[in-house]
Parts: sequence; C-alpha cells; structure tokens
Amino acid sequence: MGWYNRRLAKSLWVFHVSASPCNNCDIEILELLTPRYDVERFGIKLVGSVRHADVLLVSGVINQKVAPKIRRLYGQAPRPVFVVGVGTCPTSGCTFKDSYNTVERREDVIPIDLYIPGCPPKPEAMLEGIVKLVGVLRG
Amino acid sequence: MTGRLLFQTLIFPGFVFTAVVGLIVGWVDRKVSARVQFRAGPPFFQYFNDIAKLLGKETLIVRDGVRWLFIAAPIAALGTMVLAATIVGSALFLGEGAGGDLIVVMYLLMLFALLVALGASAVGNVFASVGAAREIKLLLADELAFLLVCLVPVIQSGYRLRLTEILAFQSEQGAVIGSVSGALAFIIGLLTVQAKMALPPFHIAEAETELAGGPFIEYGGPLLAFWKVSQVAMFAVFPFLLILLFWGGVPTSAGAVVGLVLKYLLIVVLIILIKNTNPRLRMDSALSFFWKWAAPAAFLAVVLAVFGV
Repeated sequence: MGWYNRRLAKSLWVFHVSASPCNNCDIEILELLTPRYDVERFGIKLVGSVRHADVLLVSGVINQKVAPKIRRLYGQAPRPVFVVGVGTCPTSGCTFKDSYNTVERREDVIPIDLYIPGCPPKPEAMLEGIVKLVGVLRG
Repeated sequence: MTGRLLFQTLIFPGFVFTAVVGLIVGWVDRKVSARVQFRAGPPFFQYFNDIAKLLGKETLIVRDGVRWLFIAAPIAALGTMVLAATIVGSALFLGEGAGGDLIVVMYLLMLFALLVALGASAVGNVFASVGAAREIKLLLADELAFLLVCLVPVIQSGYRLRLTEILAFQSEQGAVIGSVSGALAFIIGLLTVQAKMALPPFHIAEAETELAGGPFIEYGGPLLAFWKVSQVAMFAVFPFLLILLFWGGVPTSAGAVVGLVLKYLLIVVLIILIKNTNPRLRMDSALSFFWKWAAPAAFLAVVLAVFGV
C-alpha cells in the first residue's frame, strides 16, 4: 500500500463541494490555482465530476437542504476518498451554529478527515493542510 | 510474422511506445501551458502518477445504463488509438505497412470519436448525453476538412493510399509541405487535428466548466485511466500522422532521426500554443469555422494539388 499511497499523494484530484457556503472560502480556494500559489506543481487538480475525485473539499456550514445531497456525493466518489473541511463553518458551525436550518451533527452527514479553520483561511493555511494530508499519505 | 506483428502492436510503435510518448508529451503539454500562464507546472512523472493512481481506485459501474458498453467503450477506444499508432508508426519508423493504409487510419480515428459518444450515451447522465451530442456534431464539423486535407498528399503522390508509398514518394520528390497545396493543407490539418484531439478551442464536448467533463463525467478509476491514456496517445498519433503525410521521409541516418524528433516537437508545441491562446468556441461557431472556412480552403488545396501546384 505504501507505493500506491505515494502515487496517490502526488496526484490528488480535488472536487469542490459547496455545502451552503457564503462564497468567501470558494474565492480563496480558487486563489490556490493562480500563478502565485499554483497547486498543480504538487499534482493537485480541480476536477468537475465527483467520479474523478480523490479529495472532497467541503466549504460552508451544512444545512438541512443540502445534507442529503452531500451524503449522496460522498457515496458517489470512488474510494479511497478524503474529505477536507475548509473554513470555520465545517469546523465549528461559525456564526450559523444556532441557525434553524443547520444540521446538528455534521460528522453524521460526511466524515471530515481534515479541518482547515479560518474565515476564510488564507491560501497558505490551505496549502499547509494539504501538505499535512500528503505527509500522512507518504507515511 | 505473427510474432513481429504482435511486437509491433504491443511494444514498439504500438501500445507501450505510444503510451510512454503520450504520457511524456502530456506532461510537456501541462508544463508549457503552466509556463504560458506564469505557473511552475507539474513534475515530470505527473501523468504516470495520475494513471497509476486511477488504476488503483475503485471501479464504479453505472446502475441505470448499458453496463457492458460502459466498460467496453474505453477499452475499445484505447484499442483503436493503439492500432492507429501501430499503422502510422510502423510506416514512419520502420518503413513497412502493418496491414493498413490511410483509409484504415482515418476509419480508426473516426471510430474513436464514435466510441467516446457511445461510452457517454451508455451512462444515462444528462451532461454525458449533451457531451455525446456535441462530440458527434464536432465529428460532422471536422471530418470533411480532415478528409480533404488527407487527400492532398494522396493526389500529389499519384493517387496512392499506402502510407509507405506516400513516404517513398516524399523521399524521392521532396516533402509535400514544400508545395503550395501541401503547405495550405498542412495549416488546415493542424487546426483540424486540434478539433480531432478535442483540445481548446474545440474542447466543446468535454467543456469542464459547463459540462463538468462531458462524456467522461461518470467514469472513474481504471476506466477513466483507459480514457486518459487514449487521450494522451493522440499526442503521439496525430503529429506523427501529419509528419508522415506532409513532411515525411523514412529516417535512415541519425540526423534524420533527430530531424524527425524536432519536427514532432515543433508540431506539438504549435498545437499547445493554439490550445493556450484560444477560448472555447460555441458549437455553431465551430461548425461555421469548419464548413465556411476550413473545408473550402482544404478543397482549394485539393484543386491546387490536382493541377500539380
């Protein structure tokens, strides 16, 4: 498995799951693809279909309306798949944690492997999170 | 004889050679694109890692759809690309016909587009069906120009369809690209190849930002790896086909081999630069480009070739 995990660490394809975000994290995520940060040098690529994905990037507090869709998306991704929660929303619920339509237990909807807190997190913080995931995969 | 054909199909100009060249040139494509956008770009073994990763992932088979076609289409597509590469490669590198002429190559390249559409229609996904429809429309658009372009070297070499005879004609009389009709056909051929390889500005079927991968949306894991390898294999098939038809000559000396590699890299870099400087066309503008401009210009090249210009 070690050999395969090292291959996987060098080619993480990311699918962006918008779980009712405020769009702020989404804008910061796009910055990772710009010339300044350029995550393609680590082999990371944004893909349009969840079937191609190795990493699900969840941004936003998960509300009652999108929860079934998020669960279904997670089921549709081919294993092995990792889930990264970007921003304070998936981490703690942020300012929406007492809202009427927020799900009570986010970990029941989708098991998040890695949290990147921040509202929004800086691109450097996201890079650090990704490097940690790559480090775990390399062993 | 059988052993030699097997070797040609599986190893040298066939599967292994095409896949390795394709994966390396696929990296060149991503690296040059990154440098054009002032980015660092992926490392050298990126495509090898991608394919190894995809082969190890879970295979998900569609529940609503034609399952056998869903599995058969990517495998058959890789097979057609490998066969086309074998025929083109053994004529260009070894100077012998591997059981097929220009008609077979054009048929195989057309079959690939049909297989993409078939594989996309097998999954029962709305985006995939839109992608399949666009793939067929694009085939209707570029096929006429491509056929006319391929006719020019055939006419110039005295109506010969065998690839080895076209090459032999060019070794004696000079490359087809040296004539007016040949140069015109070569330029249109470059643009047509762009559409055949489904690269920007003609990535209308795949259209990541609107169709989320189009025909390949439901493919994941090893089946996607088959599609990816056959897509990068096109980087080996089409530039070599253009060299063979227009800029040929069997490489016998070391200098000729270096020349062949340089011609190949020039064509590949031209394709990558066209890819990076053009936005995606709408379907109707792609159709009108091919039917109003490219096909008539290719027809003009054919007429010029008949008159021997």
